[in-house]
Amino acid sequence: MNAAALTMDWLGLGPQEWTAVRLSLKVALWAVAASLPFGIAVALLLARGRFWGKALLNGAVHLPLILPPVVTGYALLLGFGRQGPLGSFLAEQFGIVFAFRWTGAALAAAVMGFPLMVRAIRLSIESVDRRLEQAAGTLGANPLQVFLTVTLPLILPGILAGTVLAFAKAMGEFGATITFVSNIPGETQTLPSAIYTFLQVPGGEGGALRLTAVSVAIAMAALVASEFLARRAGRGAGAG
Amino acid sequence: MFSLDVTHRQGAFTLDCRFESAGRLTALFGSSGSGKTTLVNIVAGLIRPDRGRVAVGERVLVDTARRLALPVHRRRIGYVFQDARLFPHMSVAQNLRYGERHIPQAERYARFDHVVDLLGIGHLLARRPEALSGGEKQRVAIGRALLASPRLLLMDEPLAALDEARKEEILPYVERLRDEAAVPILYVSHALAEVSRLATDMVVLAGGAVRAAGPTDAIMQRLDLLPEDEQGEGGAVLDGVVASHDETFELTVIDTGAGALRLPRLDAEPGKRVRIRIRARDVMVATERPRGLSALNVIEGTIRALEPRAGAAVDAFIDCGGHTLVARITRQSERLLDLRPGRPVFAVVKSISFDRGGLATFRAAGEAPSPAPAKDAWIAPPGSMD
Repeated sequence: MNAAALTMDWLGLGPQEWTAVRLSLKVALWAVAASLPFGIAVALLLARGRFWGKALLNGAVHLPLILPPVVTGYALLLGFGRQGPLGSFLAEQFGIVFAFRWTGAALAAAVMGFPLMVRAIRLSIESVDRRLEQAAGTLGANPLQVFLTVTLPLILPGILAGTVLAFAKAMGEFGATITFVSNIPGETQTLPSAIYTFLQVPGGEGGALRLTAVSVAIAMAALVASEFLARRAGRGAGAG
Repeated sequence: MFSLDVTHRQGAFTLDCRFESAGRLTALFGSSGSGKTTLVNIVAGLIRPDRGRVAVGERVLVDTARRLALPVHRRRIGYVFQDARLFPHMSVAQNLRYGERHIPQAERYARFDHVVDLLGIGHLLARRPEALSGGEKQRVAIGRALLASPRLLLMDEPLAALDEARKEEILPYVERLRDEAAVPILYVSHALAEVSRLATDMVVLAGGAVRAAGPTDAIMQRLDLLPEDEQGEGGAVLDGVVASHDETFELTVIDTGAGALRLPRLDAEPGKRVRIRIRARDVMVATERPRGLSALNVIEGTIRALEPRAGAAVDAFIDCGGHTLVARITRQSERLLDLRPGRPVFAVVKSISFDRGGLATFRAAGEAPSPAPAKDAWIAPPGSMD
């Protein structure tokens, strides 16, 4: 008996439930990893940039937070579906397909978590003492070097906080995901979708309950890990 | 040689400055609001001037006529800020080494060990900036700027945020920097005592314009050029040599061009160069050699000029062996004593301020530094002497 099967037995998870857990983790990790560079860039733009249409960008970033998730999911379907302009372009040029694939679930999760991520990072960028960056400049560091050696380390706690928030959001994302990529076991059936499915069939409460327990455990683990990392980063960044 | 000629408007304030200096430590002196910080920010590249040119030696940093403005990171200006601005996420050693890696190997002249030694910060290397005192932070900030091997060191009121004891802790290091490091220093200050002690040259700023520029001793005599509230600190700056010690009365005799001066026993070897400041308000004028007077230092001289100042004051410039002492007296005294140019007088010096570490102790860069001056060896507290 292998380790995975052992764990499965111990938790009492069936193969379908176990698949949903693994898929959720994969979707959430990819969603966060792929959106992080964009999240930092957009946070920088919003915190530091002065350009026409800044309010518009800010609005667009925050839109998924206030729109009904179903609307966001439908908009993704229109844009990134097989027939959608972006979807067909990406499929033809790069072979990246979102429609009814786990990648689509990751995209939906990333979009829904993005405002939370950007918000946390933007706040930490705004709290950075820019005089430190000036000092780094006088010491011969060019703007990119200043960002990498001074700004980035100082905003690390904010990046961690944003990442954890986005991850939590990605794990729990339901409405946009099910609208965009449906609820296909093994491909797009994440934890919330699986719980929903269990609740739709008679006698499914046991599975729903087990998956709920797993959700709580993952959420707690993420929270503890982020506390630990933030404390370490905080020590690294001194009092600031 | 540092040269600057800029015009810059900032709201209602206009800066219009022009000066040159070849001094080792040039003080930018003026009250707050005179434009000092704007000026150094223009030199460092943090502000781009509306018009003008700034150059360090042959190297042009800004020339608006040629549309040239080097970005901050390529200016090679070491900037010591008033608020040290150490990186909180790095240790002291990492802070110190921050600038090094951005400088081409061939252009690095500052050696880590040498700088750490010069500033006495060896025991702090492993610490975080948050664990340092204000004075220690400022020393590390100076070291960090130096280790970027700058071609000019800017110090923007580096002592202003420190209390008196901390200032005394830093000043000797700035003096050593001036005398031992190869880099010219532009030092911003609004404290005349600091300027007279440190500066070889000074530039007086007022209302965004240069009021006077030149060697410190020449400018210090022109009390009228100094801000009102600092005029009492102005006077003669003399360089002298410790001649001998009088053990009986615990006095030290210092030879200056103006004559021998006696002051309380200094902890300095005969032959050592020292700098002395005699404030104008501490000099009295007598037309005959005074008798029955407790003052030890009475110097013969000739009135060279008398210049009326605001209110009751007159500044008497007294030529003593080619050096000038300044006495601030009243118009009434001028009349009563019938003072006029050419008249022989006696200058009675009530007190003398010492600025340790004369300017003649310059050493070539790269030579081993002398051990850090111990605090009790410090002679500077403006001692009064009857």
